[in-house]
Amino acid sequence: MNKDALVQLDHVTFGYDRRRVVLHDIAMAFPRGKVIAIMGGSGCGKTTLLRLIGGMLTPTKGRIMFDGEHVNPRDREALFRLRRRVGLLFQFGALFTDLTVFDNVAFPLREHTELPPLMVRDLVLMKLNAVGLRGVAQLKPADLSGGMARRVALARAMALDPELIMYDEPFAGLDPISLGVAANLIRELNDATGGTSLVVSHDVRECFKISDYVYVMSAGRVVGHGTPAEVEASEDPEVRQFIRGEPDGPVKFHYPAKPFVQDLGLSA
Amino acid sequence: MKQLDLLPRLGIRALDVLRGMGHATFFVIDLMRNSLSAITRPFLTIAQIHAIGNRSLVIILASGLAVGFVLALQGYYTLSRYGATASLGLVVALSLVRELGPVVTALLFAGRAGTSLTAEIGLMKAGEQLAAMEMMAVDPKARVLAPRLLAGIISMPLLAAMFSAVGILGGYVVGVLMIGIDPGAFWSQMQNGVDAFDDIGNGIVKSFVFGVACTVVALYQGFEATATPEGVAEATTRTVVISSLLVLSLDFVLTALMFSAPG
Repeated sequence: MNKDALVQLDHVTFGYDRRRVVLHDIAMAFPRGKVIAIMGGSGCGKTTLLRLIGGMLTPTKGRIMFDGEHVNPRDREALFRLRRRVGLLFQFGALFTDLTVFDNVAFPLREHTELPPLMVRDLVLMKLNAVGLRGVAQLKPADLSGGMARRVALARAMALDPELIMYDEPFAGLDPISLGVAANLIRELNDATGGTSLVVSHDVRECFKISDYVYVMSAGRVVGHGTPAEVEASEDPEVRQFIRGEPDGPVKFHYPAKPFVQDLGLSA
Repeated sequence: MKQLDLLPRLGIRALDVLRGMGHATFFVIDLMRNSLSAITRPFLTIAQIHAIGNRSLVIILASGLAVGFVLALQGYYTLSRYGATASLGLVVALSLVRELGPVVTALLFAGRAGTSLTAEIGLMKAGEQLAAMEMMAVDPKARVLAPRLLAGIISMPLLAAMFSAVGILGGYVVGVLMIGIDPGAFWSQMQNGVDAFDDIGNGIVKSFVFGVACTVVALYQGFEATATPEGVAEATTRTVVISSLLVLSLDFVLTALMFSAPG
């Protein structure tokens, strides 16, 4: 076991049922204080991996360790203790729609600390200021754009200064300005807090720019890993196809199906 | 061959039903346990009493008034055949506090507040809000469901009491003000014939039981809804159907237990 790793996955296999195995024998280690990117095409199991680390799913085989402790969804008390040290930024933010932006960010502070209201207010405004959205504190999530909602969710995820922040597709659907700002924010936050960041994305350029280490996944398997420079220089055909965005290669664009002419009823 | 398939299919179906019942039982036990701890955070429950109880007031009061009007008209028609129209107040009051108050309130509650609870929880699930809460180490059953259950349990008897009170006023308007029954007879017959413990007390027990049943069904359906628009729509429909059937069958059982031995 790697003692420097905050999170370690030991030969993790997971399937939603026996026929649908999503992850095959995944072995990963995320060192402390680093930004790690997990990249791969849609449906390769990236989000499932985050949910496994967060204890929302149980591996079919293998085990996941967080700071030397087994992530076991069946032991709820230990799991909740562990989750206080982890922040997860959901792909669509998952903000509480009945609460204001301010109350959303204050939520974890009010639930897990006994801080006086004035201190909660200051902390919330600091977190919102870090994501550039102090000015929308009193708005409801429905009044925000998708990108803004995700930035508020980021402020909420880091409210308790977690040791590990996991980002699920943080760049999807962002305009170029927000995308650059979001990428820099992840890096700066990581360096400022000394935490560990796990970014799940298929945005090659931004991930290479901000990460220290990259895992490339395809069809539920790790097909390549290394520093961004090492991955970029990889000769593996699947890694090359992914980072260059080539339509043809070992990963097929079309989902397996019978010949098109047969579907159209044109074959003899 | 198809007949041979029938048996395993029935077995699978029976196992599914049993599994569902077991799952629901664990859900209810877990919810009840969390409700005890929710008592320590009364502000969450008070906010839900406002959402569930106060916002159901208009439909409950309007329905209570209409039921009171009709009860008085029908009651007068029947009682006048036996020359017992002075008992109209008693008939209206007993019908309301024993049966119509708790039952109709519960049915309206299932339609008004139950559907709203199911849709709210189901959409929170679809929007990953419950998952986000779990990831923040906050149990959604304790933070979201338990205060709503307590609010439902507290609101239902109060709403039923208001339904009955307004219904009696409706009976008074039709019976005394419109038909012309003696107001003294209307109120005194009611006062003598309605027992605080046997009639009003049992009515409160009924509405308490219905409050638990309707709220648990609504919360369970929302929490277990498939996280899609169709899934939430189906769950909302199931809430009304299951709650209504449950209220009517529980009413029969409770009435048999409470009122089967006169005196």
